[in-house]
Amino acid sequence: MRDVAVIGVGCTEFGEHWGTSFRDLFVKAGALALEDAGVTGERLDALYVGNMSAGRFVEQEHIGALIADYAGLATNNTPSTRVEAACASGGLAFRQAVIAVASGMEDVVVAAGVEKMTDVGTGASVDMLASAADREWEGFAGATFPGLYAMIANDYMHRYPLTREQLALVAVKNHENGAKNPIAQFRNRITVDTVLNSSLVADPLRLFDCSPITDGAAAVVVVPLERAREFTDSPVRVLASAQASDTIALHDRRDISTLDASVAAGKRAFTQAGLTHKDIDMLEVHDCFTIAEICAIEDLGFCKKGEAGRLTADGATALGGEIPVNTSGGLKACGHPVGATGIKQIYEIVSQLRGEAGARQVDAEIGMAHNVGGTGATVVVHILGA
Amino acid sequence: MSVSRFWRKIPQRYNLVGTKCTTCGRHFFPPRSLCPDCRRSGNIVDHKFTGEGAVVTYTVIRSASDQFENTTPYVLAVVELDEGPRLTTQVACPIEDIKIGMRVKSVFRRIAADGESGTIHYGTKFVPAE
Repeated sequence: MRDVAVIGVGCTEFGEHWGTSFRDLFVKAGALALEDAGVTGERLDALYVGNMSAGRFVEQEHIGALIADYAGLATNNTPSTRVEAACASGGLAFRQAVIAVASGMEDVVVAAGVEKMTDVGTGASVDMLASAADREWEGFAGATFPGLYAMIANDYMHRYPLTREQLALVAVKNHENGAKNPIAQFRNRITVDTVLNSSLVADPLRLFDCSPITDGAAAVVVVPLERAREFTDSPVRVLASAQASDTIALHDRRDISTLDASVAAGKRAFTQAGLTHKDIDMLEVHDCFTIAEICAIEDLGFCKKGEAGRLTADGATALGGEIPVNTSGGLKACGHPVGATGIKQIYEIVSQLRGEAGARQVDAEIGMAHNVGGTGATVVVHILGA
Repeated sequence: MSVSRFWRKIPQRYNLVGTKCTTCGRHFFPPRSLCPDCRRSGNIVDHKFTGEGAVVTYTVIRSASDQFENTTPYVLAVVELDEGPRLTTQVACPIEDIKIGMRVKSVFRRIAADGESGTIHYGTKFVPAE
């Protein structure tokens, strides 16, 4: 196995891109990543593209070929593969690219993620996102995605000391970070009252507990570490790439409030990297809902079960805190184009480790990315080091 | 959900017919055709559940997909059947009544419809047992 490094990153602004198509979003992110890496398209050995549901959002399948074509790589016949694991599609695409390079099969590889969600109405997108859970036995009964996470929140709050205000502080902190991120969908600060006065979506979760519907794309370039200096003076090493599965339905979990796949993927990543929690300087976690950030911090082992609310209220997860979480603004404020999110997490960590994060810069040499599919049926964890 | 996809699970959806592994005795609802504990040494047979259980966790859905939008707000819950397995279901009760630990029993109800002229989906909901 070869060591792998990220040599370039690119990301579109996240938001409602009414004037930009699915393919144009991808092309923009890809071009930014290649420019950052100093690589021309013909040098690429392969593309791995994370996408959850172009088939339903824009009625287009065969995404791998489409993207290779519009990225100008059809004439080179560059292999291009779509990777799907619901909201973890991006993280999984990155993992596939890392595996391809580590194995020695491919050398210069793009991992990307793209989702175009605003071409359908809200009801339709709620229905599509619910297909990340069990369509036959959760969706059939009327489960929505916020509804499933709301059931995690109610179970959690029944068993552990988490207040409604602490939960709101997750969103407040992520908007604070998003306000400092030029690609974030929401760059406005909010207060606890903003969250508590917003409309109920699925009790106890309110609108400002939920990540938004977003268009966006992100791309990164990976190569063998031994070749990284050909391209850049500041390669970022991939120290671990881990993945875990769990039951597709929330009701079949061992513990409703613990994502066992997060626990497993986190442990595997630490073992691979030979690191401990003290070594991690920053975290990008999958906060599709505020409760999800609370669970992620705990399930990855950064504190005991039941303590992440207090940690958040104490400011430990804010910029400049003990362990900054979601410096990008997270899914909540930066936005959540589902297939792109996992790649955006890598983009954010690389930006931070290279000291290019501007107003939201933290002091970090090692960062961890945590990307969840569904309510925790797939979890992908990566550790990156400067 | 297409007609055939709905039709093939009618006994399960209408009458709470799940499965049981006769090798280890574990019950499954939603039904499974492979026991995750015994795998190929398992033996799966149908099992009709009594429909009695308790609420593990719940939410009140205020914003739903198009199919369910005209029935909001409604209570969605994870119910643990007395035989062991858990399922996701609606609980037909006033939204202020729902509580973790509440005893419930299954009833046959209309769940949703595929638009104005599509299939009507019937199935199981739960109601407070007392």
